[in-house]
Order: sequence, then C-alpha cells, then structure tokens
Amino acid sequence: MSFESLLFQAVNGFASASGLFLVAAGLSIIFGVTRIVNMAHGSFYMLGLYLAVTLAPRLGEVFGDALGFWGAILGAALITAALGALVEVLLLRRIYAAPELYQLLATFALLLILSDATLALWGPEDILGPRAPGLTGTVELLGRQLPDSDIFLALIGPIVLIVLHIVLTRTRFGRLVRAATQDREMVAALGINEAVLFTAVFALGTGIAGFGGALQMAREPANLALDLSVLGDAFVVVVIGGLGSIRGAYLAALLVAEVKALCTALGIVEVAGFTFNMSRLTLVAEFLVMAVVLVVRPHGLFGRPLPPAARRGDMEAPLAPLGQRGRFLVLAALALFAAVPLFGLVSSYAPVLALDMVIAALFAASLHLLMGPGGLASFGHAAYFGLGAYGTAYAATVLGLPTPLALGVGIITASAGAVLFGWFCVRLEGVYFAMLTLAFAQIVWSIAHQWEEVTGGSNGLFGVWPDAPFDSAGGLYLAALAVTVLGLVLLRRLVFAPLGLALRAARDSRLRAEASGIAVEKVRWLAFAVAGTLCGAAGGLFAFAKGSISPEAISVGRSIDGLVMVLLGGVHSLMGPLLGAGGLTLLQDMVMRESPFWRGLLGLLILALVLAFPSGLAGGLRRVRSTP
Amino acid sequence: MNVSTPVLEISALTKHYGGVRALDGVSFAIAPGELLALIGPNGAGKSTCFNIVNGQLRPDAGEVRLKGRDITGLAPRRIARLGVGRTFQVASVFGSMTVRENVQMALIAARGQVFRLWAPAHRMAREEALALLQQTGMAAQAERPAATLAYGDVKRLELSMALAGDPGLLLMDEPTAGMSGEERQAMIALVRSLTRARDLAVLFTEHAMDVVFGHADRVVVLARGRLIANGSVEEVRNDPAVRAAYLGGVTPAASEAP
Repeated sequence: MSFESLLFQAVNGFASASGLFLVAAGLSIIFGVTRIVNMAHGSFYMLGLYLAVTLAPRLGEVFGDALGFWGAILGAALITAALGALVEVLLLRRIYAAPELYQLLATFALLLILSDATLALWGPEDILGPRAPGLTGTVELLGRQLPDSDIFLALIGPIVLIVLHIVLTRTRFGRLVRAATQDREMVAALGINEAVLFTAVFALGTGIAGFGGALQMAREPANLALDLSVLGDAFVVVVIGGLGSIRGAYLAALLVAEVKALCTALGIVEVAGFTFNMSRLTLVAEFLVMAVVLVVRPHGLFGRPLPPAARRGDMEAPLAPLGQRGRFLVLAALALFAAVPLFGLVSSYAPVLALDMVIAALFAASLHLLMGPGGLASFGHAAYFGLGAYGTAYAATVLGLPTPLALGVGIITASAGAVLFGWFCVRLEGVYFAMLTLAFAQIVWSIAHQWEEVTGGSNGLFGVWPDAPFDSAGGLYLAALAVTVLGLVLLRRLVFAPLGLALRAARDSRLRAEASGIAVEKVRWLAFAVAGTLCGAAGGLFAFAKGSISPEAISVGRSIDGLVMVLLGGVHSLMGPLLGAGGLTLLQDMVMRESPFWRGLLGLLILALVLAFPSGLAGGLRRVRSTP
Repeated sequence: MNVSTPVLEISALTKHYGGVRALDGVSFAIAPGELLALIGPNGAGKSTCFNIVNGQLRPDAGEVRLKGRDITGLAPRRIARLGVGRTFQVASVFGSMTVRENVQMALIAARGQVFRLWAPAHRMAREEALALLQQTGMAAQAERPAATLAYGDVKRLELSMALAGDPGLLLMDEPTAGMSGEERQAMIALVRSLTRARDLAVLFTEHAMDVVFGHADRVVVLARGRLIANGSVEEVRNDPAVRAAYLGGVTPAASEAP
C-alpha cells in the first residue's frame, strides 16, 4: 500500500462522510426539537434517491442533461421535504405525548409502509441514475485520478454543515429551533406556534435526508435495502457524535467513513504469517470506533445526557404469582400444545403452525424480559435470534454435529453475542438503547450477508435437518416445546427472583436503585445476556424448523415482529407476550403471507395500534373496560 | 457531643462550575447519633455538597471520609453499600412493587444477594422488611402497591428503605418537602427517635426552619459556597453573619410579605 492510495481512500472517505452526515444531521435536528427518533429517516434518504433517478431523465429531456440532473436533485429534496411535512401533520402530531416506545414503533411502521410503497411504485429491480454532467472527469492528485464527483461530494458535507450552522445561529427559525432543543416547554410557554415549528423542522430534516439520497445518484443505484442500511449507519453516527449535535454528526460521520476507507486502503495485510483482508473488516471497524467512543463518552462526542424521561402511561400493578385458576389454565394450554402431534393425523399443517407459534413464544418472551421488567425496548433482538440460528445451522451442516449439540452451539453463539453487545447497550437507556440495539442487529445482519465462507452469503445455509428422533414433524415439535417451556420457566423464575426484582427496581427508579446499592448496569447486562441466550435457542429451533437460514429471516423485520408480539399481548403481563406471539403468528400465516405487501400491512397494523391506544395497549384496554 | 471518630468528615471540599465557585473549602464532621442540618439560602451550595457526599458529583478538591475511610468520588451504589442510606427531595420508590417488596428489595441489595436468578425473592428478608415497616409506622400498608400511596407515606417508605442496610449515616435531602405541617413534625420526630435508637448520624438539608430549629442537634450554614456558621441551634440563630446571609439588606418585615 502506498501513500497515494491512502490519500485516494481518504478523499473517498470524505465523500462517504458527506452522505452519512446528511442523514445523521436530519435525524439529530428532528430529535432535538420533537424528541422523536425517526426510524423512517433512512426511507426518506431512499426516496430521495428513487425520486432523483426518476426525475433526472425526464427533466433532462426538457431542460438538457445538466439542468435535468441538478434539477432532479433539488426536486427530490423538495418532494421528500413536502412528504415529511405531510407525515408530521398526519401522524407525528398525534403521538408527541405517547410513550417513547410507541413513537419509535409508529415511525418504524412508517418505514415499513414507505418500503412497500417504493416496491409498489418502482418495482424490485435496482435503478441506475445518470452520471453527473460536468463532473465526469477526474483530477490528478499525486499520480492518482480522483473522480470529480467524489471531490464534489466530499465538499457537500462541510458546505451543508456551514449552511446549517448559519441558519441555526443567524435566523429567527434557527433561534427557535435551538431554543426548542434546549427547553421545549419554555418555547411553548412563550407563545411560539409549536405546531408550525415542528412541521418545519421535520420537513427540513427529511428534506436534508432526501437531498443526501439524491446526491448519491451518480454513485450507487437506487435499491430497496437502502432504507435500513442507511438507518443503521446513521444511528451509529448519531450515537458516536451525540444525539442533537450537528457538528458531532459531521465529526462522527467523518470518523466512521475514514476508518472504513482506511480498512479498504490497507487491503490484504500480512501479520505474523497470517493474511487478513482488511477491507472485509470495515463493519468491525465501525463497531470498534463506536465502542471506544462509548466507553470514553457514554453520550457521544458532543452529546449531553438526556434528562430522565418522565414516566408516561400508568404504573403497572405489582406482579403476582399465578393463582389456582391461572395454574389450571397454564396446565390446560400446555396439555393442548403437547397434544398437537395428535391433531397432525387430521391436519398435517397443525404441527407446522404450532411449531412456529412455540418458537415465536420463546422469542417474544425473551424480548419481554428486557421490555417489560427491564423497561428497555430493544429494536435489535433479531441479532441473537440470528446468531442462534446461524450457529446451529453451521454446527449441524458444516461441522455435522448431532441435533442437540448443534442447538447448544447456536445457544452459546447467541449468548456470546449478547454478552458482548449487551455490555455496550446497557450503558444507555431509552432511545439511545433502541438505536444501539438496532445498529448491532444491522451489523449481525451484514456479517451474515457478507461472510460467505461461513454464512453462505445472501443464500444462507441449507439442509439444516435434525437427526432422529427429531426428524419427524412431531419429534421436532415436541423437542421445541420442551425447550420453550424450559425457557419460559426460567424466565418466570428469574422475574420473581432477586435479579428480576432488581431489574424492575432499576426501571421504576434508577436513582433509588443506585442509592440502595444495586449495580444497575450489571443487573441489566445479566438480563440482556439471559434474554439473548434464550432468543438464540428460539433461533436455533427456527433453523431446524425451516431447514435453512438466510439473512432475510434475521432482518430488522424480525426484531419488529417481536416488539409487536409483546405489545399486542401487553408489556405489563408475563403471559401477554405468549398470547401476542400466538396471535401475530396466526395473523401472519393466514392474512399477510397472501400479499407481497405484507410488510406494509404490518406497518398499517402497528400504526392502527399506536393511534388507537396512544397510552399503550394495556392502558387502553383498561380505559375501555372502565368506561362501559 | 460524642468525641469518638466522626461518622462523616468532609474537609476543604471545593467545586467549580465554570467561573462560579459552588463550594469553596467547606469542612465539617458529624458524630454518631447526631442530627445535623445543612442550611443556606438558594444557591449556597447545599445540593452540591450533598451530592458530593453521596457520590453523584466529584469534587475538584477536598476529601470525604466515612468512618475514617476515604470515599471521595466513589459511585453512589458503592457508597450505599458502605453503610450510607439516603432519601431524596422528591421521594422515589419502586412504584410497581408492593410496600413490602420495596423494603425487601433494599434488604436484598444491602446483603449483596441481587444476582440470584432462581430463589423466589418474596421469601427473602420478609420478616426483617416487616420489622422495618413497623418502625416507620408503615406496617399496615405492607401489601399495598407503592404507586397508590399518599405522598407522606411514600416518604416514610423511602425512609424504611434507606434504613435497610443498617446504615451508620443517613443523608436526607429535604426530608419534609411536600408535606403538610402536621406530617412534617411527625416525620422529623420519627427521624429523631431513629437516630437515638440506632445511634444513627443524619445529615439533612431543609428549607423549613421550624424543622431545623426545633429538632437539629447542630446546624451548618453555607452561603455562596462558603461555610459561614457551624454550631448549636442557639448559636446559629443569633449569628449576625447568618442573618445577613439570609436577609441581605432587606428588613425582616419586608421579606415576609408575599
């Protein structure tokens, strides 16, 4: 590797940093004022790119190539901004007072809907945009040819940073935004029209994201995976830079992009006789940067600790062990599920569906440990599901281990992942926790996607079939039922044990818990590890149930399924997640698989839930009951 | 006053915020069984001093010693485990648990049994929890969810929890804030009897002067980050520096007008 190639990659790093910064900056501004983390932010970036590649040729026909190209970028930014304003007025306005988790879910539902809308409008194929007119040449720098367009992109980031800075410090709008970021109540009390301010800020943020997407027209094709991959990157950037800080976002974007560029520049490196391909380590590098920053500054480079969010919604009732009637019902349900293989004689589909439900139950219950007693909404529980599934599949196919051992390997893999990622996640709370868990899940997904030798890349691993006696539908089902029941018993004991009590204590009042001598972070870390381990068991069973595992099955959609299951059943009840898991599995099986747009349908279902019960489903039901 | 080693000894505590000296070389000590009030006008540095003692803030200079041991800059939970109980200005308890479970949780934490995953917590430290609730007059409400308690009872529950580790020192940030006059007197009388029964030292901040002058053994007065008085209730009451700090140039009659 030469100095020149390093420099070349450094310029490339600046170009990528601009793209990252534009998304992260919008996210930060919106959060600063509205206190909402916009999960759909990557979707606006993706829409910006789709709009630009569509507009450019059409405008080009009328106004000529150059005007068409730049006009398309501007047009795409304006249309995404207008769409953002529309979304704010129609959706966000209704949920500003809702609990954080519901705000995250609502914007995530928006992501699902926008994703399917894009699929419906533009189809599944990637779309290439035209090259930038006037920027097709190269500049010679130290003997290397640097594309003009990269240099242009490298400059855009700092330019937007400066423009934003001027807007925020010199204009009335900017002063209002900064005032609202510091003290929202005060701005409202001063008689500022908050509604207009919020709409404008959301439009500005989404417009910048759309602009960032449109600028990529000459660099990468428009594709449907962009929304989530950009969102994951933006979360990492925002966590590093500090939520709400614009310069933090730029610095963090630069840091991440340059470290990635450096890995690419280093290429294949030989250390002590081993050869590493550093360019494959870009994901790990991003992770390491974040790790170092979070250890030194838990709220990011320029972030400040958020004031503890006031508890919204009702305080839950004390958990009580099951009474006689409850025990009877549980035993009856268990007997029913154990008898499912008998129904198989009548309908061969019954055990298959029941297996899905049993696996979903373990998945949802493990997530509920964090969400319910822990009060920590994980948006990346799919990571541990995936680690369990891939660990099991690899052990069963490549290593040829017997079924129980293979499942054991999967569980250990998930457990190790949860211990590692959990150490970082439990340092944060609220939206930061949600973002970091999602970012880790994106990293696991990307590794599954890219590490072809082990994971089989986008095709995944095939032929993951259990050996006898688990090779019949009934055999595997009963084994899965046994594992799930074991896991559920463990979770239940844990919730009523000192650790579970401490977990609830830290959720109710972290201050009081610390003052009582409870090591809150350690308690949460252990709970995170337990949840990840049991989730890994669910993932391992899933691999055997389907006979294969692919990145598709462990995408963010899986994490969101878990959240919906827990919310459907009610966060405040230990049985809730089980009912929710059963309900959503049935619903997906019967209704949603029929449509290519089932993601969008799921999004609409989530939105309906959130808008109908903005104080939480459990609270909503209680309200319905109390007003006959 | 007891002449044995002080329970708490703070020396030359200093803390700056930018150019402002929130705390400037403050030193005092508390003996076992002593009820010490820390008072001062708004912005005097009471909260800063309090938060350094309980570990939420790290001082720029100076030292905090607990029974002779240096605890400066330790995390709040470590200080708690060394036998320092505390209550907050806005009482804070575990709302989703019953009153009894709240105290059980505090006892389990004090005994270092938090990391048990299988044993049912409701059987642990049950009798001790009820005994503590008896002492604070909360036994009758043991099975109520803490979220449904009246505020005065939340404060009593918090006190029961603060006593769980059998601490030698109790830090109380405005123990009677938000309570009615009658409740205030009952609360401070309860704290007074506990200090006697357990040889417990209490450091408390307070705005209600009837509480301070009616019950404290000794009063420490801060103003603009400096210690301006440290003595008995009588001494402090008649100290001209204290009067000046509280009243400034305003006459008493004017300052009492609404």
